[in-house]
Amino acid sequence: MSFEEGATRIMGVISAVSGPTVKAAGVRGVKMNTTAFVGNIGLLGEVIKLSGDEATLQVYEDTSGLSLGEEVICHGTPLTVMLGPGLISNIFDGIQRPLEKMMVGDDPFIARGLTILPLDQNRVWEFTPVKAVGDKLAPGDVVGTINESQCIEHRVMVPPGKGGIIKDITSGGVTGSDRVVVFTDESSMGLYQRWPVRTPRPVKKRLPPTTPFITGQRVFDTVLPVAEGGCAIVPGGFGTGKTMVEQAIAKFSRTDIVIYVGCGERGNEITDVLSEFPKLKDPETGISLSERTIIVVNTSNMPVAAREASIFTGITIAEYYRDMGYRVALMADSLSRWAEALREISSRLEEMPGEEGFPPYLGTMIGSFYERAGKVDSLGAPERTGAVTVIAAISPPGGDFSEPVTQASLRFAGALWALDPDLAYRRHYPAVSWEVSYSLYYRTLTEWYEKEVAHDMVSLRNWLMAILQRESEVKEISQIIGVDALQEPDRLVLETAQVAREAFLRQSVFVKNDAFATFEKQYLMLKAIHAFMINAEAALEGGKYIEEIVECELKGELMRMQYEPSEGFTVKGKKLIADIERFFTV
Amino acid sequence: MDLITRRYNTIENISGPIVFASGLKSAIVGEMCSVTLRGGELRSGQILELSGDMAVIQVLEGTDGIDVVSASIEPSGELASAALSEEILGRTFNGMGTPIDDLPEIIPEKYADINGLPINPAARDRPNQFIQTGISAVDGLNTLVRGQKLPIFSGAGLPANELAMQVVRQAKVATGEEFCVVFGAMGITSREAFFFRESLESAGSMERTVAYINLASDPIIEKLFTPRIALTAAEYLAFEKGYQVMVVLTDMTSYCDALRVIGSARDEIPGRRSYPGYMYTDLASIYERAGRIKGLPGSVTIMPIITMPEDDITHPIPDLTGYITEGQIVLGRGVHRKSVYPPIDVLPSLSRLMNNGIGADNTRKGHKELSDQLYASYAKGCDVRRMVAIVGEEGLSELDSKLMRFAESFESEFIGQGDVERSIKETLDLGLKLLQILPKSELTRLHN
Repeated sequence: MSFEEGATRIMGVISAVSGPTVKAAGVRGVKMNTTAFVGNIGLLGEVIKLSGDEATLQVYEDTSGLSLGEEVICHGTPLTVMLGPGLISNIFDGIQRPLEKMMVGDDPFIARGLTILPLDQNRVWEFTPVKAVGDKLAPGDVVGTINESQCIEHRVMVPPGKGGIIKDITSGGVTGSDRVVVFTDESSMGLYQRWPVRTPRPVKKRLPPTTPFITGQRVFDTVLPVAEGGCAIVPGGFGTGKTMVEQAIAKFSRTDIVIYVGCGERGNEITDVLSEFPKLKDPETGISLSERTIIVVNTSNMPVAAREASIFTGITIAEYYRDMGYRVALMADSLSRWAEALREISSRLEEMPGEEGFPPYLGTMIGSFYERAGKVDSLGAPERTGAVTVIAAISPPGGDFSEPVTQASLRFAGALWALDPDLAYRRHYPAVSWEVSYSLYYRTLTEWYEKEVAHDMVSLRNWLMAILQRESEVKEISQIIGVDALQEPDRLVLETAQVAREAFLRQSVFVKNDAFATFEKQYLMLKAIHAFMINAEAALEGGKYIEEIVECELKGELMRMQYEPSEGFTVKGKKLIADIERFFTV
Repeated sequence: MDLITRRYNTIENISGPIVFASGLKSAIVGEMCSVTLRGGELRSGQILELSGDMAVIQVLEGTDGIDVVSASIEPSGELASAALSEEILGRTFNGMGTPIDDLPEIIPEKYADINGLPINPAARDRPNQFIQTGISAVDGLNTLVRGQKLPIFSGAGLPANELAMQVVRQAKVATGEEFCVVFGAMGITSREAFFFRESLESAGSMERTVAYINLASDPIIEKLFTPRIALTAAEYLAFEKGYQVMVVLTDMTSYCDALRVIGSARDEIPGRRSYPGYMYTDLASIYERAGRIKGLPGSVTIMPIITMPEDDITHPIPDLTGYITEGQIVLGRGVHRKSVYPPIDVLPSLSRLMNNGIGADNTRKGHKELSDQLYASYAKGCDVRRMVAIVGEEGLSELDSKLMRFAESFESEFIGQGDVERSIKETLDLGLKLLQILPKSELTRLHN
């Protein structure tokens, strides 16, 4: 970590070691939430408690091997991340150490005490200035651009707190150690800037969430949408498919940049992301997904304190690209592991525990994370609108949503995508329960749906929800009296709901044509199911037998329509609807 | 090593398996030390925590007979390590790595810290090589791949050990390499120890097996070391010697209980069911050692066995395990009572890495669709079975009766294969055959 000018160094010694926390004696005057090097091998730590001249630090690496009396050097600077070109396609640990560069001498294990700068100082970037000598710059102004990846133009911005009149500006090849702009007061700025992870980056204005975050997954886009700049939580017991949901969205969503934070999860799952993303193509641009992805990963066996930092590292990087005017999606998997890290550290501090041993400030801390999502007008010129959308997985113990992390998250998230083990057992994925889940964004997005998709999209969606509700009522009755004893209209409800569940809500990310559904496909699929229901209802009244409807070939076609490609579905979908109308009127 | 041995007579408190001693100069967290009792008896301890002048030391063999006046502590200056060489294959050790098979100590090629280091996620290779276990409910529905960690969730009296041994005996990879087995036993009974030895010997796999055995009667703290030593050996064999290693850890429930004992002796704030709040992290430091590494031929596959107290899958031990491992094989009492062997309850069972290890390259095209269809139809069949209890079989529609018949045959034939080995082809063919009970319109998951 770099030293900032003016920060004073304070030296002390280790006076206690307990798990991931260390106490340092003799550090009077050290500031809260500033960083330090701990012990002879220089493990990075952060001051989290002060009493007199003793400081308690959380250490971002394994503390075994530390001994009392070893030195502690406090820097006086908060924990920061390094922001600049080179973040895209990279993979970092919870405190932004570049994992690929850490494989020193092909060592596949993470040794302790390694300090490597997150971004390569020597890499040469082609810088195209958009400002000239004599221009006046304010914080947030774009001074020039760099092609960071095939699809991302990196906009080099004046860091908050800096600015002035340009005395000199470079052009062409620059590295991280070069000065990009020199101001008339002789201060300067480079390609890279640092920002403290726990402080939100400033914006000009926050905007209301009025456009949907398009995932291509029918159950989310049509039924339970999250807005761009919104927040959705995905709680579910183990095996219900949280990671599958996170990965599907990371792969298929229509967004400029994806930041995937693997917080306390499995190492083998990250290999999926690492090996698949370079091969997969962005559905919109056709460019490899790794060209728009940044991975922050602190697996469950990596140090807990760094796990705690990982989500803040992730969201700070997300805000940085948001400030450039991009739509960023942050996938956090999982927030429960972050909360557990918080709990572990809190209990080492011997703080009075709140509910289930979590610290009483859990809700505040969780809120400080979720509230960094949002759609904003960025600081500086030219005008840019960017958004950070957060999709956070939660792993409630025993799958019980009444636990503190889920409950605290519900206060902040605008969409709940609750995963249901019963659906997962049936291999109905995504196993999102349509009964428990909700989206508070639907209301603000209604206008968009009616304008951009179809005038009756919202009413069709509401019809779908009503059918599913009706199904669960009818099912209760049928469990008592048997299906054969049901009224014919009720049996039709069961049939239609089955089609809706299996053909519409269920979606396979492994089948090429089904993995991403455009809004047009979603709309026509829904419209076809609706046509089936109302035409069949009329036919029943006209004297047709339910058996004929149940066994008709068209139902089979409805069941298979999800496997038709989105391209050209307009024709197929409309033909299917026409076929349905013809079948029932003849 | 210091030239002068440092010996301290400074024990101040003793609580359960923990002693608190003051004044240990330059002690290190995690350092091993020896504790000498009044009569000269030697025990080993490990420093857990340092605070001011006080060191918290857990004594592996327990604190019986230790007093605060005459017992002394001698720090060794070294962290806990395991002695390793290829000679460990075929040998049996206790939970601390001392031979218990009446053969001499091994000549170590190296010593390694038993805690290991986390594998750099960027260095991991994707686990995508199919392991044929010969068990239909695993191969067909919850496929195991090399480098995976897949636990067996069992209940008291269910044959988890038999299943694990069957997997060890039958496990094969496409390339034909044999697995070597690292066996870590925590708190098993001597009856179970006999069973394991007998199964391994009868399968002729003893010479490619390393066993670290902590019996139920052995000291409790030893249980915390056993899985770590076993995994250090496994990593050594896999990543330095190129073996395909299958690690069987049994029973993780005893391990967690030992963790709880230490937690309460240290006056920690207890978490759910009084297990320590850091149990997730602790278990992860064990399970996450499974994997493959880019550029290296070997692999570590872990199969832990967990006995769920009261068959409760939401109990903290299976719950936290399930959040770390890549799926779980759940044994069910219901199927067991019907004399189905192996009694695998397939609905809650899952293999997260299955999709990487199946398909045309590994097993067969259409494997996933077949597996999804079997799951969906079996789940429906089970629903019908519940309904029968209310409406009676006469109240069933034709489709419902077929679904129920399918569920019955699926349990007795597909899952209940008995102690025989089935190739993946036999497993998939049988699955397809059973689905023919159902009308074609029911088979919505199969594309053709």
